[in-house]
Amino acid sequence: MTAESKHPFTTVIGLEVHVQLQTQTKLFCGCVTTFGSPPNTQVCPTCLGLPGSLPVMNRRAFDLSLRAALALNCKIASFTKWDRKNYFYPDLPKGYQISQFDLPFSYEGYLEVVDPKGAFEPRTVRIIRVHLEEDAGKSMHDETAGTADSRIDLNRTGTPLCEIVTEPDLRSPEEARAWLNELKLLLVYLGVSDCNMQEGSLRVDANVNLHIPQPDGRLAKTPIVEIKNMNSFRSVERALVYETERQWGEWQDTGAEIGSMPKQTRGWDDSAGVTRGQRHKEESSDYRYFPDPDLVPVTVSEEQVAAVRSTMGEPPALLRKTLAERWDIPAYDADVLVNQGPELVEYFEDLAKKVGEGKVASNWMQQDVLRMLNERGGHIADFPVQPTAVADIIGRVKKGDFDTGRGKEIFAAVLETGKPVDEVVAGMGIAAVDEDDLQKLCEELIAENPKIVADVKGGKEQAAGGLIGQAKRKNPNVNPGKVRALALELIRALP
Amino acid sequence: MTLTTRSAAELATALQQGETTSVECTTAFLDRIEATNPTINAFLSIDRDGALAKAASVDAARAQGKSLGPLAGLPVAVKDVLCTTDQKTTCASKMLKTFEPPYDADVVRRLREADAVILGKTNMDEFAMGGSNENSAYGLVRNPWDTDRAPGGSSGGSAAAVAADMTPLAIGSDTGGSIRQPAGLCGITGLKPTYGRVSRRGLIAFSSSLDQIGPMARSAKECAMLLQTIAGHDSGDSTSINTPVPDYLTDLEKPLQGLRIGRVAAHFSEGLDPEVAEHVEQTFATYEAAGATIHEVELPHAAYGVPTYYLIAPSEASSNLARYDGAHYGHRWDGTPSDDQGINTFDSPLVEMYCRSRAEGFGPEVKRRIMLGTYALSAGYYDAYYAKALRVRRLIRNDFTQAFEKVDLIGGPVSATPAFKLGEKTDDPIAMYLVDLYTVGANLAGIGGISFPCGFTQSKLPIGFQLQGPALSEPLLLQAAHQYQQTTDWHLQRTTAISS
Ligand SMILES: [Zn+2]
Repeated sequence: MTAESKHPFTTVIGLEVHVQLQTQTKLFCGCVTTFGSPPNTQVCPTCLGLPGSLPVMNRRAFDLSLRAALALNCKIASFTKWDRKNYFYPDLPKGYQISQFDLPFSYEGYLEVVDPKGAFEPRTVRIIRVHLEEDAGKSMHDETAGTADSRIDLNRTGTPLCEIVTEPDLRSPEEARAWLNELKLLLVYLGVSDCNMQEGSLRVDANVNLHIPQPDGRLAKTPIVEIKNMNSFRSVERALVYETERQWGEWQDTGAEIGSMPKQTRGWDDSAGVTRGQRHKEESSDYRYFPDPDLVPVTVSEEQVAAVRSTMGEPPALLRKTLAERWDIPAYDADVLVNQGPELVEYFEDLAKKVGEGKVASNWMQQDVLRMLNERGGHIADFPVQPTAVADIIGRVKKGDFDTGRGKEIFAAVLETGKPVDEVVAGMGIAAVDEDDLQKLCEELIAENPKIVADVKGGKEQAAGGLIGQAKRKNPNVNPGKVRALALELIRALP
Repeated sequence: MTLTTRSAAELATALQQGETTSVECTTAFLDRIEATNPTINAFLSIDRDGALAKAASVDAARAQGKSLGPLAGLPVAVKDVLCTTDQKTTCASKMLKTFEPPYDADVVRRLREADAVILGKTNMDEFAMGGSNENSAYGLVRNPWDTDRAPGGSSGGSAAAVAADMTPLAIGSDTGGSIRQPAGLCGITGLKPTYGRVSRRGLIAFSSSLDQIGPMARSAKECAMLLQTIAGHDSGDSTSINTPVPDYLTDLEKPLQGLRIGRVAAHFSEGLDPEVAEHVEQTFATYEAAGATIHEVELPHAAYGVPTYYLIAPSEASSNLARYDGAHYGHRWDGTPSDDQGINTFDSPLVEMYCRSRAEGFGPEVKRRIMLGTYALSAGYYDAYYAKALRVRRLIRNDFTQAFEKVDLIGGPVSATPAFKLGEKTDDPIAMYLVDLYTVGANLAGIGGISFPCGFTQSKLPIGFQLQGPALSEPLLLQAAHQYQQTTDWHLQRTTAISS
């Protein structure tokens, strides 16, 4: 449902992403950054902005942001500084936010997104800049009811925040969503952020407008709209779809072009499925940026960059390739596995090592582990069945103790009951079928199925397949391959 | 000889030799404060109980032969711009009338560890903005030499307290001359250390890139004692200098043979009071007699110092003081509808709360500087004002660097005039800003400066002399001032203008 297919215009989208860094402590003080603590319990004079308090930069947070910038192929500035962004708000206790204005620590990067299903062309999105800043607190208040109803939680105040600003390189809402997924995956793999949108550790604003070719060859551009308040990637996609349609409608009504009005900010209402215009406060504000005199400039040496780079690990794009090569699995499989995140890949590799066969492990991952995970809605880290148990089941299947179908039942039962594989196998009455029993069973089947016997005798060996279903009904533990082989042998031996 | 007229060095010796006790000594100063503060108003809060408790514990420890800090039992007054956990810290503002900091400033922590006895918090210009101490929300401070005159500012309370024998030692802060100028006008010695030598942690910021805490006392030697305690690296202040602190007392007694002192001709142009000029010139002569040589130097951009200062300092202040919004602590508008401030329409109740809280909580000078700074940082004006001021600041710094290639120190007046009458400049902000003419340079350049008495006018008003030295030249500044004080007795003169 891309907009292009319906309308004669190009949708132009740029994103502004705020990502909370996964540091133990805040950017300019020693307070911890755990989410969900009681309000105002993770604060000190510095993050409360008390008179006389001073900030001191947390170098670990800075290094973590370097890691993000490097993974986004950014250039790293050898000299960067801190600026104050001045504005009044109750969740901003100092009356200014420490941010980076004209000398961000990194700039000019890119991140490519490829759709494995081929719904859109591979897209390289240029990144204008990545800078570091401190987060504000949270306020819940009713401005219309006066000050008494305001509640402010400053636990989040001072948490390190990376702002990633892209060029307007995205061309559809679904591309935007896919790119955000790729960005999130990258940051999660690097351990930069948990990117949990529900907890606010990843926030997205989108700038969107339409480029509409005119009959005279001119390209008309609709006014850029910034969309805020999107709480999931799905919301981002929906909001962009909505906004594209809205702008198209507005263009047809008014013909308004960029520059005819100030940049508009619209908020996404997820339940109503619409964007709504917000007050034009942002546009008129002047943040009076100036260098923060309480902090010293930061210098970054080649050695520091190299040190950060050496601890970065494989980004997802690279991991997809190496995983496919290392385990001899199709690119599609590698893609599915990598997109599930680093813990699942670790699970897979553990399983593949134990099974000794990448493709078999990959099949089990996709058909069983992932399916169950999706059904249960949990995370792989909390998945109760360990790779050892899965490898055990696969091993028994390979040995011929039971077939794959039976193996899957066992897997499900292990997951269900939490019991060890041995116990589940025994409990289900699954045991290797005795050779004599198998012989007797096959003889019975041959006696009961003269037509199949005749067909086989007549050269149609595949007719023996009809015996397998009957064999499983008589004894669910029989191995179909063995039944088939023995039955054929017995039939051939018949006069 | 009464205890309160003795210097801190003498008191330290008397305490060590058991001639007196800290309780006796502290009581004497507290009594002196009680007697004179109603006139001088140098103290905003007096911590009699806390001071006596500390004094008693020092005496007890001394009696038991325990090791004590270098300022053991010595009284000290702290400017109310430094956070203290046991006393309110108001910055002489209605905004922080009830503010009780949950932490001690690094300097206060060092004083406590040195076993000093903190007598109380001294008056100042509101948020350290002013040069006369008439901008305090809690009443002006009077100059102990003439109570109709201003003590200077913004550390006017600390200067007056030392001059009036209310304390032998005091802590001040200097953003554009706020230690040196009141020290000059009150006839005491005050040192503005190199930027970063003393931690700013817990100093309520006026202008972060200019503020520096320093010692104030009767003599250079006492300033050295106090600086020894408060100087040092603090990892909690990113702008703190991380080099070892020298022993400031070691070099004091060394002679000044070969010292090169610069003299800036422009300092003696029009506007300099003739009596001040005469005593300043005499001071150069005294230095020459002591073996120093005097050299003419130029500070070509000195004339731009005051305008540069009054762009940078208010710009930083406009941001530093944004936190006083009534939302978290400090003064908040009580909701009484009023159009006193001439503002009646607000974007929201929140904005009304902000505006009215700040309109009520800040005094006129603070508001003036917040507006100046907000304007200078605004889009469209930033380059013409703030950014240009930063460039001039670099030129001023270069002037000093070049001058210090030729001389070791630069001498000259602290202020163009002796103490002026209270109310004389309050209606003329520009005239008031010009009192910083000779002192702002050291702040803009981040270097050290010391002010000490070099004579008196006919009408018995103190005149100050200023020495400025390169970064981390505190040992030389103190030595030069101390040597001068070995041959003169201006710093030993006591006022008779107030009764005790
Ligand atoms: Zn904190």
